[in-house]
Amino acid sequence: MATPTLAEVIDRSQHHGLIARITSQQIFWVFLAAVIACLALSILTDSFATERNLFNVTRNFAFVGIIALGMTAVIASGGIDLSVGSTLVISAMTVSVIMSAGMPFWVGCIAALSISLLVGAVNGVLIAYAGMPPFVVTLGMLSVARSLAMVLSDNKMIYEFGPDHDFLLWLGGGSTLGLPHPLIIMVILACLTAFAFRHLRWGQHLFAIGGNENAAVLTGIPVARIKVSVYMFSALMAGITGVLEVGWLGGVTTNLGQAMELTVIAAAVIGGANLAGGGGTAFGAVVGALLIEVIRNSLILLGISTFWQGTFVGSFIVVAVAFDRFRQRKS
Amino acid sequence: MNVLELKNISKRYGAIQALNNVSLAIAPGEVVGLMGDNGAGKSTLVKVIAGNFAPTSGDILISEQKAEFQKPLDAQKAGIEVVYQDLAICNNLSAASNVFLGREPTRRIGPVKVVDYAFMRSKSAELFARLKSETRPRDLVHKMSGGQRQAVAIARTLLSDAKIVLMDEPTAAISVRQVAEVLNLIRQLSDQGIAVVLISHRMPDVFEVADKVVVLRRGELVADKKAAQSSPEEITGLITGAIEHA
Repeated sequence: MATPTLAEVIDRSQHHGLIARITSQQIFWVFLAAVIACLALSILTDSFATERNLFNVTRNFAFVGIIALGMTAVIASGGIDLSVGSTLVISAMTVSVIMSAGMPFWVGCIAALSISLLVGAVNGVLIAYAGMPPFVVTLGMLSVARSLAMVLSDNKMIYEFGPDHDFLLWLGGGSTLGLPHPLIIMVILACLTAFAFRHLRWGQHLFAIGGNENAAVLTGIPVARIKVSVYMFSALMAGITGVLEVGWLGGVTTNLGQAMELTVIAAAVIGGANLAGGGGTAFGAVVGALLIEVIRNSLILLGISTFWQGTFVGSFIVVAVAFDRFRQRKS
Repeated sequence: MNVLELKNISKRYGAIQALNNVSLAIAPGEVVGLMGDNGAGKSTLVKVIAGNFAPTSGDILISEQKAEFQKPLDAQKAGIEVVYQDLAICNNLSAASNVFLGREPTRRIGPVKVVDYAFMRSKSAELFARLKSETRPRDLVHKMSGGQRQAVAIARTLLSDAKIVLMDEPTAAISVRQVAEVLNLIRQLSDQGIAVVLISHRMPDVFEVADKVVVLRRGELVADKKAAQSSPEEITGLITGAIEHA
């Protein structure tokens, strides 16, 4: 065997082995916490490791997980999207109103996703071209989109979805090979997002913008266009979730997805998205969402009042970020 | 043959004459120290060369050809690269990603174009080797010293086959050892036939690497002479106005 060159030795000490690299990630520890929580619950309760409960957990977290993918892209580019909960409801309302009017599913679905993309495009254009702060623009959209959903539905509950009624319920609430459909869709979207982050110029550019926007401008990256696309991506994820969630619930009211943006941001941050921009992974978004759902579920199963949920989830956000800070200071 | 020639460049902002009849010639591989007090017109001159704005009058010649830059991209295409003071670097990305920032090479996999990391790594390793820098392509810039960060920013200019590199205060705010590293990088560029315009306040650094020292005072070129035939004292006098002209 050839003796390693100096460069190789330095390289190895810098990039470590696979194990060292994995354990140096915040996401690894969050994942570990989620796994330990699952194991503990399986032992402590009879109800956690049942097929019924696991089915519910995986489906519930898939909704937050899908939106968290979009949120991670926004946060990694240095922005924030507070309008996802409202985008979800406007998408859900659009598909419901159109289908209940007797149109087929695909018409409703395309309309819902188009509306979502439009919401994202408006956010993006105001942020990227008008130079307004993302917090303000998306806060405004949070209000506007939900209000429009009320106008659209006349604030009535919709639970009849025309000729494709059963298909919609199957899509959101059914399962294939024992796996709930929202989970399958989340896994596919997570893989696509991970690929885009790592392997497309789009991903490189959005992380560059989050890292140093000025550098991105100076090196000729189309910053404004990328930003618009990132907000559209986030809105699309919320829109997809809206359509799935209608199918799961079998009915929709305008309070769907209320305060969801906070859970989604929490999931992204717990999963390692850096609110200062420039950091975050698709896998992290999924694991963050999983952990929140496991905490929520475990409190219910352990008979602890749901009033405590906020305390646990909130503490976890702080602990996860504090842990990351501490680790960075050490290195 | 001169790689860059400025002929009677003037730039006016309303009543303010930022540059007045500045003429200057730079040969390939020449290192030019551009000096002057704050407000003497250094940044304006650099911005005119880099295509940020057009001169009010006068000509810019690149390799004896008249050039007109409407925007920075035009200057870049003509072989003029700028290393910005804050280096325009993303701390969260690797050295290789930073070198290729905004011009990532891609290869096709079916219908999608994916970023070609293997090529980015090997090409930037080659560029760092040319600069005799220890920087490793896969390292995150976040962990690097000031000198290595400069190497990343300078490697970016080599990528595009630059003829002239404009460097704005590259040695401000870094340690003594890193200054030596940066000056070495400048020599490497010069050895490859790339002209360097070094804008600096630091007299010792300029005299260490520059072939030629150029002094601007109130928008006028008051000195253009070989560094070997001048001295820090003379240049100081020229900058402050104690010496009228060299």
